[in-house]
Amino acid sequence: MTTIDSIDPIALAGARAKGKRPQFFKDPDVERVLSIAMVIAMEHAVTRQRLDALERVMESKGLLSRTEIEQFHPDPAAEAERGQWTQGYIARVLRIVQQETEAIETGAADIATGAMEPLPPN
Amino acid sequence: MSQQTPPPSWQHVGRHGMFPESGHDDTARFDFLASMNGYLSTQLSPKVRMAYEVRAKPAYEKAQGHAPQTRGEVRKAMLGDSIYQAWGALRRNTMEMRQQAGRGLVLRQLGPLMAKAKKLNANAPTLKLDPLVKMPYIISVVDIHCMPGGYHTEVVPEDISAGANYDAGIFATTGGMLGRYHDGGGQALAQWLKEKYPDFKPKRILDLGCTMGHNVVPLAQAFPDAEVIAIDVAAPMLRYGHARARSMGVNNLEFRQADAESTGYPDGYFDLISSAMFWHESSTEAMPKTLLEVNRMLAPGGLTAHLEQPQYPGMDLYEQFVRDCDAYNNNEPFWSTMHDYDLRQMMTDAGFDPEHYFETKVAGVVDRSIFPVATDEGEDFGRAALWTMFGAWK
Repeated sequence: MTTIDSIDPIALAGARAKGKRPQFFKDPDVERVLSIAMVIAMEHAVTRQRLDALERVMESKGLLSRTEIEQFHPDPAAEAERGQWTQGYIARVLRIVQQETEAIETGAADIATGAMEPLPPN
Repeated sequence: MSQQTPPPSWQHVGRHGMFPESGHDDTARFDFLASMNGYLSTQLSPKVRMAYEVRAKPAYEKAQGHAPQTRGEVRKAMLGDSIYQAWGALRRNTMEMRQQAGRGLVLRQLGPLMAKAKKLNANAPTLKLDPLVKMPYIISVVDIHCMPGGYHTEVVPEDISAGANYDAGIFATTGGMLGRYHDGGGQALAQWLKEKYPDFKPKRILDLGCTMGHNVVPLAQAFPDAEVIAIDVAAPMLRYGHARARSMGVNNLEFRQADAESTGYPDGYFDLISSAMFWHESSTEAMPKTLLEVNRMLAPGGLTAHLEQPQYPGMDLYEQFVRDCDAYNNNEPFWSTMHDYDLRQMMTDAGFDPEHYFETKVAGVVDRSIFPVATDEGEDFGRAALWTMFGAWK
């Protein structure tokens, strides 16, 4: 018998509803990617709201001023660190584009069409 | 694009004694979903219609030699349209996300929630469950509204999670248009009765397919001397609904597990028989049988009144198509068939006098200081708090 202690709330929360799922786009892969992107968009909004809550709570306690944050001008060192971070962030998000272009440049077959070939002996 | 008024935050949701404990991120998720639904209905939906008028309809006419003549033909014209596809896919996704957000909130605290329900429901003669009640076929094969497990599945024995999930998330689906306790429909019926028929004092009231009882609570409050009975086939909803009503101090309300097709109540037992958004979750077989049962249970001089989404006959074809999207994309297997019915004829076939049949429009009654009032403008077709109320005096 299923008991409270034996259920997995995370897996159950995302359980599939019975019934056929409609497909809107020609390509089911697009369907999947959109679905994942929408959840990321939502979780991004959740984080943004949390940050806003944090700022407002801290401001109400006199720990920061939101005007100061709006008018924040990083000094040269901070500016460089933040720029570095942004570049890394973009590179992480667009990893697949980078790898695709690398494949073109090296003449590698980019998309596997079957099982991986055995590696040649050393 | 004009600035839209954002929907009220989920923080205003009514917190009775059974409501799940939530944190910042739960609110933020539901707020995001409510805003997304608002965007889809007020910003994108008009553009879907524009795409129909500007390109899909002319393309259909060119190919077929005539304009779409049925909503099925409108659908055919639209399925390949990229704006329709984006709108439809996003709308489906917000529904799935809403289910996951609600279930995530509820299931992580299921133990404490069930303990609360047990305490509120302990030895109550007003909660009558019957494990012999069979789940209607249509409900057992499709999880309506994309709710995993539907209204009836028990994750654990004595489960209440379906009710708690429904209660938590419906605010986001409807952008708060049903009010703090999602009871704008029940409030509307109670207000309509008081204004139109101030002398009507039902002694016994029956609510069909009550789910968590959100729309019958206002009736029980409006008629505190009446004996009010709410029936549903799904035990998790009844357990939750009963505990919810008790925690709100509503004690003249009984929750009973029963199929509305055959309830076992004596002839003429009720003075008022109501329902809200019930018939479209019924079936071709069940609806006429249930209407006969309503007629049988209703006392002479009694009233039966039902809130539903608008019927299709006489409606603009494109609007029919948009409303019908819920049938295809939101697991509503009986929606299309039901909304095509001639309700006066259905009621007449069930033995009601067609002269005593009525049909009117009602909007959700909500606390207007916080909640938006449903209007025709930018309506989220199929989900707005704008209903057809139909019924008959016996």
